[in-house]
Amino acid sequence: MAAAAAQQHRHPKRRRLFLSPSPSPSPTPTLVAPPLVTLADELLFLVLDRVAQADPRALKSFALASRACHAAESRHRRVVRPLRPDLLPAALARYPCATRLDLSLCARVPDAALASAVSSSCSALRAVDLSRSRGFGAAGVTALAASCPGLADLDLSNGVDLGDAAAAEVGRARGLRRLSLARWKPLTDMGLGCVAVVCTELRELSLKWCLGVSDLGIQLLALKCRKLTSLDLSYTMITKDSFPAIMKLPNLQELTLVGCIGIDDDALDSLDKECSKSLQVLDMSQCQNITDVGVSSILKSVPNLLELDLSYCCPVTPSMVRSFQKIPKLQTLKLEGCKFMAYALKAIGTSCVSLRELSLSKCSGVMDTELSLAVSRLKNLLKLDITCCRNITDVSLAAITSSCTSLISLRMESCSRVSSGALQLIGKHCSHLEELDLTDSDLDDEGLKALARCSKLSSLKIGICLKIGDEGLTHIGRSCPKLRDIDLYRCGGLSDDGIIQIAQGCPMLECINLSYCTEITDRSLISLSKCAKLNTLEIRGCPMITSTGLSEIAMGCRLLSKLDIKKCFEINDVGMLYLSQFSHSLRQINLSYCSVTDIGLLSLSSISGLQNMTIVHLAGITPNGLTATLMVCGCLTKVKVHEAFKSMMPAHMIKNVEARGCVFQWIDKPFKVEVEPCDVWKQQSQDVLVR
Amino acid sequence: MDLSQNHIHNQSAANLYYQFGSDNSFPGLGTQQQFPPFTSPFGASPSTNIPHMDWNPATMLDNLTFIEEKIRQVKDVIHTMVDSGGQLSCHQGEIAQKKQVVNADLTCLIVQLISTAGSLLPSLKNSSFLRHPAAGHMDMANHVGPSSGLVPNAMTVSEENKEDMCSPEDYEELFKGWTDGTIKEGIEIGNVLVEEQDMKDGDEGKDGENLPPGSCELLQLEKDEILAPHTHFCSICGKGFKRDANLRMHMRGHGDEYKSPAALAKPPRDASAEHELVKRYSCPFVSCKRNKLHKNFQPLKTILCVKNHYKRSHCEKSYTCSRCHTKKFSVMADLKTHEKHCGRDKWLCSCGTSFSRKDKLFAHVALFQGHTPALPSEEPKTCSDQISHAGSHQESTKVPNSMGSSFMWGASSGDNNALDIKGFDGCNDDFLSTANFGSFNLSFGPADGFTGEPSGGSFSMLPSEHFQSA
Repeated sequence: MAAAAAQQHRHPKRRRLFLSPSPSPSPTPTLVAPPLVTLADELLFLVLDRVAQADPRALKSFALASRACHAAESRHRRVVRPLRPDLLPAALARYPCATRLDLSLCARVPDAALASAVSSSCSALRAVDLSRSRGFGAAGVTALAASCPGLADLDLSNGVDLGDAAAAEVGRARGLRRLSLARWKPLTDMGLGCVAVVCTELRELSLKWCLGVSDLGIQLLALKCRKLTSLDLSYTMITKDSFPAIMKLPNLQELTLVGCIGIDDDALDSLDKECSKSLQVLDMSQCQNITDVGVSSILKSVPNLLELDLSYCCPVTPSMVRSFQKIPKLQTLKLEGCKFMAYALKAIGTSCVSLRELSLSKCSGVMDTELSLAVSRLKNLLKLDITCCRNITDVSLAAITSSCTSLISLRMESCSRVSSGALQLIGKHCSHLEELDLTDSDLDDEGLKALARCSKLSSLKIGICLKIGDEGLTHIGRSCPKLRDIDLYRCGGLSDDGIIQIAQGCPMLECINLSYCTEITDRSLISLSKCAKLNTLEIRGCPMITSTGLSEIAMGCRLLSKLDIKKCFEINDVGMLYLSQFSHSLRQINLSYCSVTDIGLLSLSSISGLQNMTIVHLAGITPNGLTATLMVCGCLTKVKVHEAFKSMMPAHMIKNVEARGCVFQWIDKPFKVEVEPCDVWKQQSQDVLVR
Repeated sequence: MDLSQNHIHNQSAANLYYQFGSDNSFPGLGTQQQFPPFTSPFGASPSTNIPHMDWNPATMLDNLTFIEEKIRQVKDVIHTMVDSGGQLSCHQGEIAQKKQVVNADLTCLIVQLISTAGSLLPSLKNSSFLRHPAAGHMDMANHVGPSSGLVPNAMTVSEENKEDMCSPEDYEELFKGWTDGTIKEGIEIGNVLVEEQDMKDGDEGKDGENLPPGSCELLQLEKDEILAPHTHFCSICGKGFKRDANLRMHMRGHGDEYKSPAALAKPPRDASAEHELVKRYSCPFVSCKRNKLHKNFQPLKTILCVKNHYKRSHCEKSYTCSRCHTKKFSVMADLKTHEKHCGRDKWLCSCGTSFSRKDKLFAHVALFQGHTPALPSEEPKTCSDQISHAGSHQESTKVPNSMGSSFMWGASSGDNNALDIKGFDGCNDDFLSTANFGSFNLSFGPADGFTGEPSGGSFSMLPSEHFQSA
C-alpha cells in the first residue's frame, strides 16, 4: 500500500499527463484519490511557495497533516538551514531534494558531522555555505567534495585555520562555479594552484584576506580559470606582476581590489595597451598607494566600466575626474571618504553624464557651489549619498531636489546645516524616493508632511530629529503603505499616537527602532503586534514599556528575530515566558538592565535558534541560572556577560560552551540607570563634533 | 720486503675502504659511486701528509729513501732483463711480464715523486702556477729539469681535476697514459682539439648560427664513435684519451720530439683555425634537428657537443640519481650537476617532478594541463624526513669534507702525523684539489708494481673495462 503510494508520488506528472487528455472531466466515484496526489508537483510547489512566503512555519503544519503532505513538503524544500550540526544527517535525509545547505547557524561543524551528514544522503546538494562555521578541516572538505559531485557553490569564508591541504581537497569539486576562500590566512600559492588547476569552471572566486597568496598563484589562476567573471582579491598582497594577468581574463566583469597596498600607480600604468573590454565593476577602495595619476591611466584600459569605487583611495583632482570621460558608460561612482580638490566635484558633472549613483559620503571639500553645478548636470541620478557632507546648505539641497527629481535614494545623515524649510523640498520634488536617510537633521512635521507624497517610501531613517512629532508620523503612516524600515531613534517628541499611526498604516513593517523614545508605552507595542512581518524591534531605553506590551509583540510578531529591550526596566520574567512560547525565530536579544531573573532567562533557552545574548547588569541573575541557560542554548555564538560572572561561573562550563563555538565577551561597564533627555544627548554629540 | 709491505698496505686499505663504504657521503662523489679501493703502496708512508702544515724533514727523508729503494728495484729488474736478453730460452711472455712490472714500478715512482713534490704546492698556490697551468708547467719543467718533467703535467692534471674531483675514470685514464702498455684500436678523428672546459659552455652549439654553405667542413661521426669514451686520440698509436693533457703526456712516449716544452704546451688555437675550415658536426640520428638531412638543420659546434647531444637525445638515460632515485641522465656531468641540487627541491608537481624554485613549479603547472602543485604528503613526517634527509646531505657534504680528507691524508699518514682536520677544512679549493690528487695517487697505488706480479688480484677492484684496456 505504502509502496503503491510512493509509486504514485514518484510519477505524479506522468499520471497527470495520462489523465489530462481524457475527455470526461468527472472522475468516477470509485477512484477517489487524495487531492494532493492528483496535483502535479510543480503546481503543489507553487502553492507551498506562496504559503511559505506568508508564514514560514505554515509548511511545518502542512507537513504534519498527512503522510502525503509530509512527503510533498520533503520534496518541496530546496534550502536546508539546520540549527545544530548533530541534526544534519536527519535534516538531509528528510529533505533529499535540497540543493542548498546553509550551515550559517551552526557555529561549529566538526569534520565528523560534516562527513556523516553528506555521506548519508546521496546528495543533490549544489550549494554549501560554511562561512559562519568553524571546527572543520581538510577532512570535512574532502568528505563534502567526494559525496557532492554536483557541488557548484561553496562558501568557506572565514576558515582562518584552513590552508593548502584543505584547498587541495576543495580542488576535488571540479564543477565549482562559485567559491569563497576569504580569510584563509594560511593559504599559499600551492593551495590556490591546486584549486586553479582543477576548478576551471570557476565563475566567482573570493580570496579576500588570503595574505599568503602571491603573484605566482594569481598568475596561475588567471591562466587556468579563464571563465572567471568575478574576482575578489581584497587585502591580498598582489602587485604589479599579476595585475596584467588578471586584466587579461577574457570574461572578468567584476574585480574587487579593496585594500591592496601592493597596487600602485606603476601597476595601474603597466597595462599599456591591454584592455579589458568585459570589466564592468572595479573596486579599488582603500588602495592607499594609488594617486589620481594611476586612476587616470587604468581607466584607459577599462572602456566598458559601469561601476567604479575609489573610496578612501586618493584625493580627487580635476584631471582625474576628466579621465572619467574614457568610461562613458559609468553608472555608479563611489568616492566615499575622499578629499575633493578644487573644481573636481564640478568636473564630475561634465565628465560622468550617465551617472546613476553617486556616493560622496564623508568626503571633505564638498562645497555648495560645486555640488550644485555637478548635480544640475546629473539628471539621471537615482541614488545620492552625501552623508556627513557637513558644509552643504539649503543651496545644494535646492539644486539636488530641482534637478534630480527621479531620485530613489537620498542619504544625507548629519547634514546639519540644511534647514527644515529646505528639507520640505525633498518631499515636494522627489516623489520617487524609496530610501531616505535624514538622521540627525532639522526635519520637522512640515517636512514629514511633504514626504507624504513619496508613496513608495520603503526605508525612512529620521533618528535624532527632535522636532518631529506624532502629527508628522501620522502623515507618513497614512501615505507610505510600503514602509518596511523606520528608524525613530531618540525622537523624543514622539508618543504612542504617532507609532500607532505607523503601525496601522504600514502593514509591511519589518524593522522599527524606537530606542530612547521615552514617552512610548505598551500601547505602541500592542498596535505594532499587528505588523506580522516585524522581525526587528529596538525599544532600548523606553522605561514605560512592560511585559504586557512585549507579550503582545511575542504573540503577534512570530517572525521576530532581533529584540533589544535594554533598560526597559519594567520587563520581567513574564515577558520572557511569552517570548519563549511564541518567538521561535528569535536569534538575538539584549536584555540588560531588565528585571528578568533566572526563571525568565532559563525559559529563553527553549528558543532553539538563539544565537546572540547580551545579559549585563541584570539584578536577578545568578551564576547558576546563567550557567544553566548557556548550557541549554546549543546554538549560541556570542554572549555578552558582566565580567563579574567570569569568576563566578565554573571554568569548565565556560570551556564547554566555548567548545560549541560560542564566544564570550566580558563587559566591564559601570551600572548606569538614568537616561539623559534627547536634546541633551544631541547637544553633547554636536559638541564633540565642534571640538 | 715488497710482499710484506704490500700486505700491510692491503690491510690498511681494506680498513679504509670499509670506512669509506660506511660513509655514503663523500665529498664530490655520488653516494653510491664506485670508487677504486684505497690501497696505497706507500701505506703508512708520511709522504701524503700535508707538508706545509707540519713539514717534516724526517718524512721527506723517508720519501726520498723510498724512491731510492724503488729505483734500485727497477734497476734490478731491468738488469735481469738485460742479462737474459741474450738467452733465447726466455719466453716472450716473460719479457712482457717484466715490462709490465717495470712500467708499474715507474708509475709508482712518478706517483711518489709527484706526491713528494706536491708538498711544495701549498706554498706555491698563490703564485700564477696553478692559475696558468701551461706557464706554470714550463717554469716547473725548467726548474726541476728533464728528469722530473712529469711533475708539472701532473700538476696540470690536478688543476683540471678541480672541475670534477675524484672521478675514477679520469685517474684510470691518466694511469693508462702512463702505463702506456697496450695499443687500443682507436678511431681517428683528425686532430680536433677540444678543451675540457668547453663541455660546459659550448654545449649543444648555439642556435641561430648562420654559416654560409661551404664555409665550414661538415662532419658526421657514427654512433660508435660518438659513444666511444675518448675524444683525444694519439695520431701514432691511436690510443684514446679523455683529455688533451693526457694525450700530450702520452705523446712523450713516442719520442723525444714530443718532449719539448713547446710540444707539451697547449697548441695555439687560432693557428689551426686559420689553416683549416671551421668544423661543424652533424648528428647521425636521422630526423634529428641536428642531422644534416633535416630541413632546419642546426649543426653542432664541437665534437663534445655531438657527444652530449647524442647521449642526451638519442640514448637511454642510464645514470640514475642515487638520492631521489627518479631523475635519470644520459650524461654523467648532468647527473653530477643534478646531484648538487637534489634533495633541495621542495616544490613538487602532481606528476612527480620537483623543482628547486616555486616559480619554476608554477611555470610547469601553467604549461601542462592537469598538473597541479602537490603539497607535501599528509603526514608532515615524510615531508620533514625528506627535508632533513636533504639537509643531512647538505651537512654531510661539509662534514665529510673533513672526514674524507682525514681519510686521504691523515689515515694514510699513520699515527704520528694525525691531521688537524679543522685546519684542513679551512683550506681553499686549490688546496683541496691537491688533496684529491693525493688521494688519486694513492688509489692507483695497487698497480702490480709492488707485488712484482703482472696484473691479477690487486687490480680486481678497478672497474673491469678499464683494466681490460690497460
